[in-house]
Amino acid sequence: MLRLPEFEYHRPTSLSDAVGLMGELSGNAMYIAGGTDLVPNMKHGLFEPRHLIALKGVSELKGIREDGAFLRIGGAETLTAVSQDLGVRTRFPALAEAAAHVAGPQLRNAGTIGGNVCLETRCTYYNQTAFWREALGYCLKKDGDVCHVTKVGKKCVAAHSADTPPVLMTLDAVVVLVGPRGEREVPIRDFFLADGISNTKRETTEILTEVRVPLAAAGRRQAYVKLRQRKSIDFPLLTVAIAAEMEADGTVGSIDGVVTALGSRPRVLTGWGEVAEGRKLDADVIEELAIRAHKQCHPLENITVDPEWRRAMVPVYVRRALARVTVD
Amino acid sequence: MPATTDIVRLIVNGDRHEVGVPTHFTLLETLRYVIGLTGSKQGCDKGDCGACTVIVDGEPTLSCLMPVWEAEGRQVTTVEGLATAAGPHALQDCFDLNGAAQCGFCTPGILCSAAVLLTRNPSPSREEIQEALSGNLCRCTGYSKIYDAVEAAGRRLLDAAEAP
Ligand SMILES: Cc1cc2nc3c(=O)[nH]c(=O)nc-3n(C[C@H](O)[C@H](O)[C@H](O)COP(=O)(O)OP(=O)(O)OC[C@H]3O[C@@H](n4cnc5c(N)ncnc54)[C@H](O)[C@@H]3O)c2cc1C
Ligand code: SF4
Ligand code: FES
Ligand code: FES
Repeated sequence: MLRLPEFEYHRPTSLSDAVGLMGELSGNAMYIAGGTDLVPNMKHGLFEPRHLIALKGVSELKGIREDGAFLRIGGAETLTAVSQDLGVRTRFPALAEAAAHVAGPQLRNAGTIGGNVCLETRCTYYNQTAFWREALGYCLKKDGDVCHVTKVGKKCVAAHSADTPPVLMTLDAVVVLVGPRGEREVPIRDFFLADGISNTKRETTEILTEVRVPLAAAGRRQAYVKLRQRKSIDFPLLTVAIAAEMEADGTVGSIDGVVTALGSRPRVLTGWGEVAEGRKLDADVIEELAIRAHKQCHPLENITVDPEWRRAMVPVYVRRALARVTVD
Repeated sequence: MPATTDIVRLIVNGDRHEVGVPTHFTLLETLRYVIGLTGSKQGCDKGDCGACTVIVDGEPTLSCLMPVWEAEGRQVTTVEGLATAAGPHALQDCFDLNGAAQCGFCTPGILCSAAVLLTRNPSPSREEIQEALSGNLCRCTGYSKIYDAVEAAGRRLLDAAEAP
Protein backbone atom coordinates (compact mmCIF):
# COMPACT_ATOMS: atom_id res chain seq x y z
CA MET A 1 0.00 0.00 0.00
CA LEU A 2 1.39 3.39 -0.99
CA ARG A 3 -0.19 6.37 0.71
CA LEU A 4 -0.50 9.75 -0.93
CA PRO A 5 0.60 12.74 1.08
CA GLU A 6 -2.32 14.95 2.05
CA PHE A 7 -3.57 17.53 -0.41
CA GLU A 8 -6.69 19.38 -1.42
CA TYR A 9 -8.07 18.89 -4.90
CA HIS A 10 -9.34 21.79 -7.01
CA ARG A 11 -11.34 21.39 -10.18
CA PRO A 12 -11.46 24.59 -12.20
CA THR A 13 -13.48 24.53 -15.44
CA SER A 14 -11.78 27.38 -17.28
CA LEU A 15 -8.20 28.19 -18.13
CA SER A 16 -8.32 31.58 -16.40
CA ASP A 17 -9.63 29.97 -13.21
CA ALA A 18 -6.88 27.34 -13.31
CA VAL A 19 -4.12 29.90 -13.76
CA GLY A 20 -5.78 32.17 -11.17
CA LEU A 21 -5.85 29.35 -8.61
CA MET A 22 -2.18 28.67 -9.24
CA GLY A 23 -1.52 32.34 -8.48
CA GLU A 24 -3.45 32.19 -5.21
CA LEU A 25 -1.88 28.92 -4.05
CA SER A 26 1.51 29.73 -5.44
CA GLY A 27 4.44 27.70 -4.30
CA ASN A 28 2.17 25.10 -2.79
CA ALA A 29 0.31 23.72 -5.80
CA MET A 30 0.87 21.57 -8.86
CA TYR A 31 -1.22 20.90 -11.94
CA ILE A 32 -2.51 17.38 -12.45
CA ALA A 33 -3.94 15.99 -15.68
CA GLY A 34 -4.24 12.19 -15.92
CA GLY A 35 -2.15 11.80 -12.79
CA THR A 36 -0.45 8.71 -14.21
CA ASP A 37 2.99 10.24 -13.64
CA LEU A 38 2.31 12.62 -10.76
CA VAL A 39 0.33 10.22 -8.53
CA PRO A 40 3.03 7.49 -8.43
CA ASN A 41 5.65 10.21 -7.87
CA MET A 42 3.64 11.66 -4.98
CA LYS A 43 3.18 8.18 -3.53
CA HIS A 44 6.96 7.88 -3.60
CA GLY A 45 7.28 11.14 -1.69
CA LEU A 46 8.94 12.91 -4.62
CA PHE A 47 6.41 15.76 -4.64
CA GLU A 48 4.29 16.95 -1.74
CA PRO A 49 2.13 19.83 -2.97
CA ARG A 50 -0.62 20.89 -0.54
CA HIS A 51 -2.94 21.57 -3.48
CA LEU A 52 -3.56 19.87 -6.79
CA ILE A 53 -5.18 21.84 -9.60
CA ALA A 54 -6.95 19.44 -11.96
CA LEU A 55 -6.76 20.17 -15.67
CA LYS A 56 -9.10 17.48 -17.01
CA GLY A 57 -12.19 19.67 -16.54
CA VAL A 58 -10.71 22.78 -18.20
CA SER A 59 -12.71 23.21 -21.39
CA GLU A 60 -10.00 25.10 -23.32
CA LEU A 61 -7.68 22.07 -23.08
CA LYS A 62 -10.04 19.79 -25.02
CA GLY A 63 -10.37 18.98 -28.69
CA ILE A 64 -8.27 17.84 -31.64
CA ARG A 65 -8.94 19.90 -34.76
CA GLU A 66 -7.42 21.33 -37.89
CA ASP A 67 -7.25 25.07 -37.76
CA GLY A 68 -5.30 27.22 -40.21
CA ALA A 69 -1.89 25.75 -40.82
CA PHE A 70 -1.97 23.46 -37.78
CA LEU A 71 -3.49 20.39 -36.25
CA ARG A 72 -4.25 21.57 -32.72
CA ILE A 73 -4.28 19.02 -29.94
CA GLY A 74 -5.68 20.21 -26.61
CA GLY A 75 -3.26 19.67 -23.74
CA ALA A 76 -5.70 17.53 -21.73
CA GLU A 77 -6.64 15.19 -24.59
CA THR A 78 -5.87 11.61 -23.63
CA LEU A 79 -3.29 9.49 -25.39
CA THR A 80 -6.10 7.12 -26.36
CA ALA A 81 -7.89 10.01 -28.08
CA VAL A 82 -4.70 11.11 -29.85
CA SER A 83 -3.87 7.59 -31.03
CA GLN A 84 -7.40 7.02 -32.38
CA ASP A 85 -8.08 10.42 -33.94
CA LEU A 86 -8.54 10.10 -37.70
CA GLY A 87 -6.73 13.37 -38.45
CA VAL A 88 -3.73 12.31 -36.38
CA ARG A 89 -3.68 8.82 -37.86
CA THR A 90 -3.83 9.92 -41.47
CA ARG A 91 -1.54 12.95 -41.27
CA PHE A 92 0.84 12.05 -38.47
CA PRO A 93 0.90 8.26 -38.24
CA ALA A 94 4.12 8.24 -36.20
CA LEU A 95 2.46 10.40 -33.54
CA ALA A 96 -0.55 8.06 -33.40
CA GLU A 97 1.88 5.16 -33.11
CA ALA A 98 3.91 6.78 -30.33
CA ALA A 99 0.76 7.62 -28.34
CA ALA A 100 -0.52 4.06 -28.81
CA HIS A 101 2.71 2.65 -27.41
CA VAL A 102 2.77 4.62 -24.17
CA ALA A 103 2.32 2.37 -21.12
CA GLY A 104 -0.84 0.17 -21.28
CA PRO A 105 -4.49 0.78 -22.25
CA GLN A 106 -5.78 2.01 -18.88
CA LEU A 107 -2.87 4.45 -18.55
CA ARG A 108 -3.53 5.80 -22.05
CA ASN A 109 -7.19 6.29 -21.16
CA ALA A 110 -6.14 8.56 -18.28
CA GLY A 111 -2.76 9.95 -19.39
CA THR A 112 -2.74 13.09 -21.53
CA ILE A 113 -0.55 14.52 -24.27
CA GLY A 114 0.22 17.55 -22.06
CA GLY A 115 1.35 15.27 -19.25
CA ASN A 116 3.41 13.26 -21.69
CA VAL A 117 5.25 16.33 -22.96
CA CYS A 118 5.75 17.55 -19.36
CA LEU A 119 6.65 14.09 -17.99
CA GLU A 120 9.07 14.08 -15.08
CA THR A 121 12.49 12.56 -15.93
CA ARG A 122 13.12 9.05 -14.62
CA CYS A 123 15.99 7.28 -12.88
CA THR A 124 16.55 3.95 -11.14
CA TYR A 125 17.64 5.82 -8.03
CA TYR A 126 14.76 8.28 -8.07
CA ASN A 127 11.55 6.42 -8.94
CA GLN A 128 11.55 4.54 -5.65
CA THR A 129 9.75 4.75 -2.35
CA ALA A 130 10.95 7.21 0.28
CA PHE A 131 12.13 4.21 2.33
CA TRP A 132 14.23 2.87 -0.53
CA ARG A 133 15.77 6.24 -1.31
CA GLU A 134 16.59 6.92 2.31
CA ALA A 135 18.23 3.50 2.69
CA LEU A 136 20.61 4.13 -0.21
CA GLY A 137 21.12 7.81 0.54
CA TYR A 138 19.27 10.54 -1.30
CA CYS A 139 20.49 11.94 -4.61
CA LEU A 140 20.83 15.36 -6.21
CA LYS A 141 17.40 15.34 -7.80
CA LYS A 142 15.66 15.02 -4.47
CA ASP A 143 17.01 15.79 -1.00
CA GLY A 144 20.64 14.71 -1.56
CA ASP A 145 23.95 15.99 -2.88
CA VAL A 146 25.38 13.11 -4.93
CA CYS A 147 24.41 11.50 -8.20
CA HIS A 148 24.41 7.71 -7.94
CA VAL A 149 24.70 7.38 -11.71
CA THR A 150 27.71 9.53 -12.50
CA LYS A 151 29.13 9.30 -8.93
CA VAL A 152 31.22 12.42 -9.45
CA GLY A 153 29.01 14.81 -11.40
CA LYS A 154 27.04 17.69 -9.93
CA LYS A 155 24.40 17.38 -12.60
CA CYS A 156 21.38 15.11 -12.65
CA VAL A 157 21.20 12.94 -15.77
CA ALA A 158 17.80 11.30 -15.18
CA ALA A 159 16.29 10.05 -18.43
CA HIS A 160 13.70 11.84 -20.51
CA SER A 161 11.27 8.94 -20.95
CA ALA A 162 8.25 10.19 -22.85
CA ASP A 163 7.22 8.68 -26.17
CA THR A 164 5.51 11.49 -28.06
CA PRO A 165 8.10 14.32 -27.84
CA PRO A 166 10.67 12.77 -30.20
CA VAL A 167 7.99 12.42 -32.88
CA LEU A 168 6.67 15.93 -32.24
CA MET A 169 10.24 17.21 -32.66
CA THR A 170 10.64 15.58 -36.07
CA LEU A 171 7.34 17.23 -37.08
CA ASP A 172 8.41 20.72 -35.87
CA ALA A 173 5.48 20.97 -33.45
CA VAL A 174 4.98 23.98 -31.20
CA VAL A 175 3.73 23.91 -27.60
CA VAL A 176 1.55 26.70 -26.27
CA LEU A 177 2.04 27.70 -22.63
CA VAL A 178 -0.31 29.92 -20.65
CA GLY A 179 0.65 31.29 -17.26
CA PRO A 180 0.11 34.29 -15.00
CA ARG A 181 2.22 36.38 -17.37
CA GLY A 182 0.24 35.43 -20.45
CA GLU A 183 0.69 33.12 -23.40
CA ARG A 184 3.81 32.05 -25.25
CA GLU A 185 4.69 29.55 -27.94
CA VAL A 186 7.78 27.39 -27.76
CA PRO A 187 8.97 25.17 -30.62
CA ILE A 188 9.19 21.72 -29.06
CA ARG A 189 12.75 21.41 -30.38
CA ASP A 190 13.71 24.18 -27.93
CA PHE A 191 11.46 23.03 -25.09
CA PHE A 192 13.73 20.51 -23.36
CA LEU A 193 16.82 21.24 -21.28
CA ALA A 194 19.79 19.00 -20.47
CA ASP A 195 19.01 19.08 -16.76
CA GLY A 196 17.45 16.02 -15.18
CA ILE A 197 16.14 17.97 -12.21
CA SER A 198 13.93 20.19 -14.31
CA ASN A 199 14.16 19.39 -17.99
CA THR A 200 11.68 21.73 -19.66
CA LYS A 201 11.30 25.45 -20.20
CA ARG A 202 7.80 25.34 -18.69
CA GLU A 203 7.55 27.39 -15.55
CA THR A 204 5.73 25.55 -12.77
CA THR A 205 2.87 28.07 -12.97
CA GLU A 206 2.36 27.55 -16.72
CA ILE A 207 -0.19 25.26 -18.34
CA LEU A 208 0.57 23.53 -21.61
CA THR A 209 -2.69 24.33 -23.37
CA GLU A 210 -2.06 23.00 -26.84
CA VAL A 211 0.31 21.09 -29.06
CA ARG A 212 0.31 22.50 -32.60
CA VAL A 213 1.56 20.28 -35.37
CA PRO A 214 2.11 22.07 -38.69
CA LEU A 215 0.00 20.50 -41.43
CA ALA A 216 2.91 21.16 -43.79
CA ALA A 217 4.74 18.33 -41.98
CA ALA A 218 2.04 15.82 -42.93
CA GLY A 219 3.81 15.14 -46.22
CA ARG A 220 6.87 13.78 -44.45
CA ARG A 221 7.49 10.06 -44.31
CA GLN A 222 7.41 9.20 -40.64
CA ALA A 223 8.48 6.35 -38.43
CA TYR A 224 8.54 5.64 -34.73
CA VAL A 225 10.07 2.61 -33.01
CA LYS A 226 10.40 1.81 -29.33
CA LEU A 227 12.58 -0.61 -27.38
CA ARG A 228 11.26 -1.88 -24.06
CA GLN A 229 11.40 -5.04 -21.99
CA ARG A 230 7.78 -6.04 -22.53
CA LYS A 231 5.46 -5.02 -25.34
CA SER A 232 3.16 -3.21 -22.95
CA ILE A 233 3.22 -1.11 -19.78
CA ASP A 234 6.98 -0.44 -19.80
CA PHE A 235 8.61 2.92 -20.28
CA PRO A 236 10.96 3.15 -23.26
CA LEU A 237 14.58 1.99 -23.03
CA LEU A 238 15.16 3.70 -26.35
CA THR A 239 12.93 5.34 -28.93
CA VAL A 240 13.74 6.52 -32.43
CA ALA A 241 11.56 8.94 -34.38
CA ILE A 242 12.33 9.83 -37.99
CA ALA A 243 10.67 12.11 -40.53
CA ALA A 244 11.89 12.56 -44.08
CA GLU A 245 10.85 14.76 -46.96
CA MET A 246 11.20 12.70 -50.14
CA GLU A 247 11.61 14.12 -53.65
CA ALA A 248 9.58 12.80 -56.59
CA ASP A 249 12.60 10.83 -57.83
CA GLY A 250 12.82 8.95 -54.51
CA THR A 251 15.80 10.85 -53.17
CA VAL A 252 15.83 12.42 -49.73
CA GLY A 253 15.01 16.14 -49.63
CA SER A 254 15.53 16.44 -45.88
CA ILE A 255 15.68 14.02 -42.97
CA ASP A 256 15.44 14.32 -39.22
CA GLY A 257 16.04 11.76 -36.49
CA VAL A 258 15.45 12.12 -32.76
CA VAL A 259 16.19 9.51 -30.09
CA THR A 260 15.26 9.48 -26.45
CA ALA A 261 15.38 7.57 -23.14
CA LEU A 262 19.13 8.19 -23.02
CA GLY A 263 19.82 11.49 -21.28
CA SER A 264 17.72 14.26 -19.81
CA ARG A 265 16.43 15.54 -23.12
CA PRO A 266 15.63 13.97 -26.46
CA ARG A 267 18.68 13.98 -28.74
CA VAL A 268 18.50 15.36 -32.26
CA LEU A 269 20.81 13.23 -34.40
CA THR A 270 23.27 15.44 -36.25
CA GLY A 271 24.93 15.12 -39.60
CA TRP A 272 22.11 13.11 -41.14
CA GLY A 273 21.34 15.65 -43.86
CA GLU A 274 24.86 15.58 -45.28
CA VAL A 275 24.74 11.78 -45.49
CA ALA A 276 21.28 11.32 -46.96
CA GLU A 277 20.16 14.42 -48.83
CA GLY A 278 20.08 13.97 -52.58
CA ARG A 279 20.51 10.20 -52.24
CA LYS A 280 18.03 7.35 -52.10
CA LEU A 281 17.52 5.63 -48.75
CA ASP A 282 19.32 2.51 -49.92
CA ALA A 283 21.21 0.03 -47.77
CA ASP A 284 24.43 2.08 -47.88
CA VAL A 285 22.75 5.29 -46.73
CA ILE A 286 20.84 3.45 -44.02
CA GLU A 287 24.06 1.94 -42.74
CA GLU A 288 25.86 5.30 -42.69
CA LEU A 289 22.97 6.89 -40.78
CA ALA A 290 22.90 4.02 -38.28
CA ILE A 291 26.65 4.38 -37.67
CA ARG A 292 26.29 8.13 -37.11
CA ALA A 293 23.50 7.52 -34.60
CA HIS A 294 25.55 4.91 -32.77
CA LYS A 295 28.51 7.30 -32.44
CA GLN A 296 26.31 10.03 -30.95
CA CYS A 297 24.37 7.99 -28.39
CA HIS A 298 25.81 7.16 -24.98
CA PRO A 299 23.21 5.64 -22.66
CA LEU A 300 23.91 5.86 -18.93
CA GLU A 301 23.05 3.70 -15.95
CA ASN A 302 20.09 5.98 -15.25
CA ILE A 303 17.52 3.33 -16.14
CA THR A 304 17.60 -0.32 -15.27
CA VAL A 305 18.81 -2.05 -18.39
CA ASP A 306 22.53 -2.38 -19.24
CA PRO A 307 23.72 0.78 -21.04
CA GLU A 308 26.06 -1.15 -23.34
CA TRP A 309 23.19 -3.24 -24.63
CA ARG A 310 20.97 -0.19 -25.03
CA ARG A 311 23.77 1.45 -27.00
CA ALA A 312 24.14 -1.60 -29.22
CA MET A 313 20.42 -1.38 -29.93
CA VAL A 314 20.70 2.20 -31.28
CA PRO A 315 21.81 1.23 -34.81
CA VAL A 316 19.41 -1.73 -34.80
CA TYR A 317 16.42 0.50 -34.04
CA VAL A 318 17.59 3.25 -36.40
CA ARG A 319 17.71 0.68 -39.22
CA ARG A 320 14.24 -0.54 -38.30
CA ALA A 321 12.85 2.98 -38.30
CA LEU A 322 14.52 3.81 -41.62
CA ALA A 323 13.10 0.63 -43.13
CA ARG A 324 9.65 1.96 -42.26
CA VAL A 325 10.40 5.34 -43.81
CA THR A 326 11.26 3.65 -47.10
CA VAL A 327 8.07 1.58 -47.22
CA ASP A 328 5.26 3.12 -49.27
CA MET B 1 -3.31 17.38 12.36
CA PRO B 2 -6.15 15.21 11.04
CA ALA B 3 -6.52 14.98 7.29
CA THR B 4 -8.96 17.37 5.62
CA THR B 5 -12.12 15.51 4.72
CA ASP B 6 -14.94 16.32 2.36
CA ILE B 7 -18.08 14.72 1.00
CA VAL B 8 -17.84 12.92 -2.32
CA ARG B 9 -20.80 11.73 -4.38
CA LEU B 10 -20.20 8.53 -6.28
CA ILE B 11 -22.32 6.19 -8.38
CA VAL B 12 -20.90 2.71 -7.95
CA ASN B 13 -22.56 -0.28 -9.62
CA GLY B 14 -25.69 1.85 -9.93
CA ASP B 15 -25.84 2.72 -6.23
CA ARG B 16 -25.48 6.30 -5.09
CA HIS B 17 -23.02 6.91 -2.29
CA GLU B 18 -22.45 10.14 -0.43
CA VAL B 19 -19.48 9.58 1.83
CA GLY B 20 -16.91 11.57 3.75
CA VAL B 21 -13.34 10.94 2.55
CA PRO B 22 -9.92 12.39 3.28
CA THR B 23 -9.34 14.75 0.35
CA HIS B 24 -6.17 12.91 -0.71
CA PHE B 25 -7.84 9.52 -1.19
CA THR B 26 -7.77 7.62 -4.46
CA LEU B 27 -10.87 6.05 -5.95
CA LEU B 28 -9.45 2.64 -4.97
CA GLU B 29 -8.99 3.61 -1.32
CA THR B 30 -12.53 5.00 -1.25
CA LEU B 31 -14.01 1.86 -2.79
CA ARG B 32 -12.14 -0.50 -0.48
CA TYR B 33 -11.88 1.34 2.81
CA VAL B 34 -14.82 3.73 2.84
CA ILE B 35 -17.53 1.98 0.83
CA GLY B 36 -16.34 -1.52 1.67
CA LEU B 37 -16.10 -2.92 -1.87
CA THR B 38 -12.90 -4.94 -1.63
CA GLY B 39 -13.21 -6.71 -4.99
CA SER B 40 -10.88 -4.23 -6.69
CA LYS B 41 -7.38 -5.17 -5.60
CA GLN B 42 -4.58 -2.99 -4.32
CA GLY B 43 -1.60 -4.59 -6.03
CA CYS B 44 1.32 -2.33 -6.86
CA ASP B 45 -0.68 0.80 -6.01
CA LYS B 46 1.27 2.77 -8.62
CA GLY B 47 -0.04 1.96 -12.07
CA ASP B 48 2.04 -1.08 -12.99
CA CYS B 49 -0.23 -4.08 -12.58
CA GLY B 50 -3.89 -3.43 -13.42
CA ALA B 51 -5.29 -5.28 -10.38
CA CYS B 52 -7.24 -2.13 -9.39
CA THR B 53 -8.92 -1.74 -12.81
CA VAL B 54 -12.52 -0.55 -12.63
CA ILE B 55 -14.79 0.81 -15.34
CA VAL B 56 -15.40 4.57 -15.29
CA ASP B 57 -17.90 5.86 -17.86
CA GLY B 58 -17.25 2.80 -19.98
CA GLU B 59 -13.43 3.00 -19.91
CA PRO B 60 -11.05 0.65 -18.07
CA THR B 61 -9.43 2.85 -15.43
CA LEU B 62 -6.71 2.33 -12.81
CA SER B 63 -8.45 3.29 -9.59
CA CYS B 64 -5.16 3.40 -7.64
CA LEU B 65 -4.09 6.44 -9.66
CA MET B 66 -7.42 8.27 -9.84
CA PRO B 67 -8.02 10.94 -7.22
CA VAL B 68 -11.52 10.13 -5.94
CA TRP B 69 -12.80 13.55 -7.05
CA GLU B 70 -12.25 12.62 -10.70
CA ALA B 71 -14.88 9.90 -10.33
CA GLU B 72 -17.51 12.22 -8.94
CA GLY B 73 -20.75 12.12 -10.93
CA ARG B 74 -19.46 9.42 -13.26
CA GLN B 75 -20.61 5.81 -13.59
CA VAL B 76 -18.20 3.52 -11.76
CA THR B 77 -18.48 -0.24 -12.22
CA THR B 78 -16.38 -2.62 -10.15
CA VAL B 79 -16.12 -6.39 -10.31
CA GLU B 80 -18.98 -6.53 -7.79
CA GLY B 81 -21.21 -4.88 -10.39
CA LEU B 82 -20.68 -7.39 -13.20
CA ALA B 83 -23.06 -10.09 -11.95
CA THR B 84 -26.82 -9.52 -12.02
CA ALA B 85 -29.69 -11.02 -10.03
CA ALA B 86 -29.97 -13.57 -12.84
CA GLY B 87 -26.50 -14.92 -12.17
CA PRO B 88 -22.82 -14.32 -12.81
CA HIS B 89 -21.61 -12.42 -15.88
CA ALA B 90 -20.75 -14.68 -18.82
CA LEU B 91 -17.10 -13.80 -18.25
CA GLN B 92 -17.22 -14.92 -14.63
CA ASP B 93 -18.79 -18.22 -15.59
CA CYS B 94 -16.31 -18.81 -18.41
CA PHE B 95 -13.33 -17.93 -16.19
CA ASP B 96 -14.57 -20.61 -13.83
CA LEU B 97 -15.17 -23.22 -16.54
CA ASN B 98 -11.83 -22.54 -18.27
CA GLY B 99 -9.69 -22.47 -15.14
CA ALA B 100 -8.71 -18.88 -15.95
CA ALA B 101 -8.08 -17.90 -12.35
CA GLN B 102 -5.46 -19.37 -10.05
CA CYS B 103 -4.66 -17.14 -7.09
CA GLY B 104 -7.34 -14.76 -8.43
CA PHE B 105 -5.63 -11.53 -7.46
CA CYS B 106 -5.56 -10.22 -11.03
CA THR B 107 -9.04 -11.52 -11.85
CA PRO B 108 -11.26 -8.57 -10.81
CA GLY B 109 -9.18 -6.16 -12.91
CA ILE B 110 -9.02 -8.52 -15.86
CA LEU B 111 -12.78 -9.08 -15.72
CA CYS B 112 -13.32 -5.32 -15.90
CA SER B 113 -10.95 -4.85 -18.87
CA ALA B 114 -12.49 -7.86 -20.63
CA ALA B 115 -16.07 -6.72 -19.94
CA VAL B 116 -15.37 -3.41 -21.72
CA LEU B 117 -13.84 -5.26 -24.66
CA LEU B 118 -16.82 -7.61 -25.05
CA THR B 119 -19.29 -4.72 -24.82
CA ARG B 120 -17.57 -3.13 -27.79
CA ASN B 121 -16.74 -6.31 -29.66
CA PRO B 122 -18.21 -9.68 -28.62
CA SER B 123 -16.12 -11.62 -31.14
CA PRO B 124 -12.62 -10.24 -30.69
CA SER B 125 -9.60 -11.88 -32.31
CA ARG B 126 -6.89 -13.33 -30.09
CA GLU B 127 -4.77 -10.22 -30.82
CA GLU B 128 -7.60 -7.90 -29.84
CA ILE B 129 -8.01 -9.76 -26.55
CA GLN B 130 -4.28 -9.54 -25.90
CA GLU B 131 -4.31 -5.82 -26.64
CA ALA B 132 -7.33 -5.18 -24.39
CA LEU B 133 -5.71 -7.08 -21.51
CA SER B 134 -2.20 -5.71 -22.08
CA GLY B 135 -2.44 -3.47 -19.02
CA ASN B 136 -3.31 -6.32 -16.64
CA LEU B 137 -0.57 -8.52 -15.28
CA CYS B 138 -1.19 -12.11 -14.21
CA ARG B 139 1.64 -13.92 -12.47
CA CYS B 140 -0.05 -17.33 -12.32
CA THR B 141 -1.89 -18.46 -15.42
CA GLY B 142 0.37 -17.64 -18.36
CA TYR B 143 -2.66 -15.87 -19.89
CA SER B 144 -3.73 -18.63 -22.37
CA LYS B 145 -6.66 -19.77 -20.29
CA ILE B 146 -7.69 -16.19 -19.69
CA TYR B 147 -7.82 -15.57 -23.45
CA ASP B 148 -9.77 -18.83 -23.91
CA ALA B 149 -12.25 -17.72 -21.27
CA VAL B 150 -12.77 -14.31 -22.88
CA GLU B 151 -13.35 -15.96 -26.28
CA ALA B 152 -15.84 -18.38 -24.74
CA ALA B 153 -17.68 -15.56 -22.96
CA GLY B 154 -17.89 -13.57 -26.18
CA ARG B 155 -19.44 -16.54 -27.97
CA ARG B 156 -21.91 -17.02 -25.17
CA LEU B 157 -22.95 -13.35 -25.23
CA LEU B 158 -23.46 -13.55 -29.01
CA ASP B 159 -25.50 -16.75 -28.71
CA ALA B 160 -27.65 -15.15 -26.04
CA ALA B 161 -28.20 -12.09 -28.25
CA GLU B 162 -29.17 -14.28 -31.22
CA ALA B 163 -31.42 -16.63 -29.25
CA PRO B 164 -35.10 -16.26 -30.21
C1 LIG C 1 3.38 1.80 -15.34
C2 LIG C 1 3.55 3.05 -16.14
C3 LIG C 1 4.09 2.97 -17.41
C4 LIG C 1 4.27 4.11 -18.18
N1 LIG C 1 4.81 3.98 -19.42
C5 LIG C 1 5.04 5.08 -20.18
C6 LIG C 1 5.60 4.95 -21.48
O1 LIG C 1 5.86 3.86 -21.97
N2 LIG C 1 5.84 6.08 -22.18
C7 LIG C 1 5.55 7.32 -21.69
O2 LIG C 1 5.78 8.30 -22.39
N3 LIG C 1 4.99 7.47 -20.47
C8 LIG C 1 4.71 6.38 -19.71
N4 LIG C 1 4.13 6.51 -18.47
C9 LIG C 1 3.93 7.86 -17.92
C10 LIG C 1 2.57 8.50 -18.15
O3 LIG C 1 1.53 7.55 -18.05
C11 LIG C 1 2.42 9.21 -19.48
O4 LIG C 1 3.60 9.88 -19.83
C12 LIG C 1 1.26 10.19 -19.50
O5 LIG C 1 1.13 10.77 -20.77
C13 LIG C 1 1.39 11.31 -18.48
O6 LIG C 1 0.26 12.16 -18.62
P1 LIG C 1 -0.68 12.53 -17.39
O7 LIG C 1 -1.77 13.36 -17.95
O8 LIG C 1 -1.09 11.34 -16.64
O9 LIG C 1 0.33 13.40 -16.52
P2 LIG C 1 0.24 13.84 -14.99
O10 LIG C 1 0.71 12.74 -14.14
O11 LIG C 1 -1.09 14.43 -14.70
O12 LIG C 1 1.31 15.02 -14.99
C14 LIG C 1 2.69 14.80 -15.24
C15 LIG C 1 3.45 16.10 -14.99
O13 LIG C 1 3.13 17.07 -15.97
C16 LIG C 1 2.46 18.19 -15.40
N5 LIG C 1 1.36 18.47 -16.32
C17 LIG C 1 0.44 17.59 -16.81
N6 LIG C 1 -0.34 18.18 -17.73
C18 LIG C 1 0.08 19.45 -17.84
C19 LIG C 1 -0.32 20.57 -18.64
N7 LIG C 1 -1.32 20.48 -19.52
N8 LIG C 1 0.33 21.73 -18.45
C20 LIG C 1 1.35 21.83 -17.58
N9 LIG C 1 1.78 20.83 -16.81
C21 LIG C 1 1.16 19.64 -16.94
C22 LIG C 1 2.05 17.77 -14.00
O14 LIG C 1 2.08 18.87 -13.12
C23 LIG C 1 3.12 16.75 -13.66
O15 LIG C 1 4.27 17.40 -13.22
C24 LIG C 1 3.90 5.38 -17.67
C25 LIG C 1 3.33 5.47 -16.40
C26 LIG C 1 3.16 4.32 -15.63
C27 LIG C 1 2.55 4.44 -14.28
S1 SF4 D 1 20.67 10.85 -12.44
FE1 SF4 D 1 21.72 11.01 -10.45
S2 SF4 D 1 20.88 12.87 -9.50
FE2 SF4 D 1 19.52 12.32 -11.19
S3 SF4 D 1 17.90 11.08 -10.27
FE3 SF4 D 1 19.48 9.63 -10.96
S4 SF4 D 1 20.85 9.35 -9.20
FE4 SF4 D 1 19.59 11.16 -8.79
S1 FES E 1 -2.86 -1.50 -8.05
FE1 FES E 1 -3.41 -0.06 -9.56
S2 FES E 1 -2.15 -0.68 -11.21
FE2 FES E 1 -1.44 -1.99 -9.61
S1 FES F 1 -4.43 -15.71 -11.19
FE1 FES F 1 -2.80 -15.16 -9.85
S2 FES F 1 -2.16 -13.26 -10.71
FE2 FES F 1 -3.58 -13.96 -12.16
